[in-house]
Amino acid sequence: MIDVFVDLLVVVLILAGAGFALIAAIGVWRLPDSLMRMHASSKAGTLGGSLLLLAVAIGVGDLDVVARALAGVGFLLFTTPIASHLIGRATYLLGVPRWEGQVRDDLEGRYDLAARTCRAPDRTASSAAPTPSQADGSSPR
Amino acid sequence: MIAAAFAIGLARLVKGPHLPDRIVALDMLALTAIAAACLMVLASGVAAYLDFALVMALVSFLSTVAFARYVEWVALRRARASKPPPLELADD
Repeated sequence: MIDVFVDLLVVVLILAGAGFALIAAIGVWRLPDSLMRMHASSKAGTLGGSLLLLAVAIGVGDLDVVARALAGVGFLLFTTPIASHLIGRATYLLGVPRWEGQVRDDLEGRYDLAARTCRAPDRTASSAAPTPSQADGSSPR
Repeated sequence: MIAAAFAIGLARLVKGPHLPDRIVALDMLALTAIAAACLMVLASGVAAYLDFALVMALVSFLSTVAFARYVEWVALRRARASKPPPLELADD
């Protein structure tokens, strides 16, 4: 009886993981600019891989396999944000054309590429005047 | 589903208009390979494929970091040039 539930759980985890991997691929294919593609690949892809590793951990059940699969999940959750952040930063710095529907760019003109420093936003201006995306309430995301 | 994800990722890797798109596609292909290795573990019961998945995660992370540093270097070089070449030539 327990075995049936374990198998059912493994099947559900496999289907969810493969589905999220497919969603990540579709996002990488369909989204309009490079930063959004990074977003799709990092989040949905990590979830898909983690769910499949979890399915391995539950489905096989040996102690060493469970330990390795859980270590894999932890490693994925630990490294993917770092990697995607680096890709996003590099994409921004390279100046790849972004989606034309983007309404604001808080880093515009603040990043000194040669010195690798970023100037802080001037707090008075941003708090006094509402930004355009908040003002008209029609933020695309 | 994994095969479809791999095919779509490969298409983006080939098509991707700029260098960061290709890096993202490569990262996603590595994740798809991890998923396929997990399916192999479950299908065959050979736990060695799990080691392959872990090594693939490690290698994809390192290669992504290296590519990102390289893209930053390209961006720095473009920023230093007085007249930067068009972005299509940044993929050297």
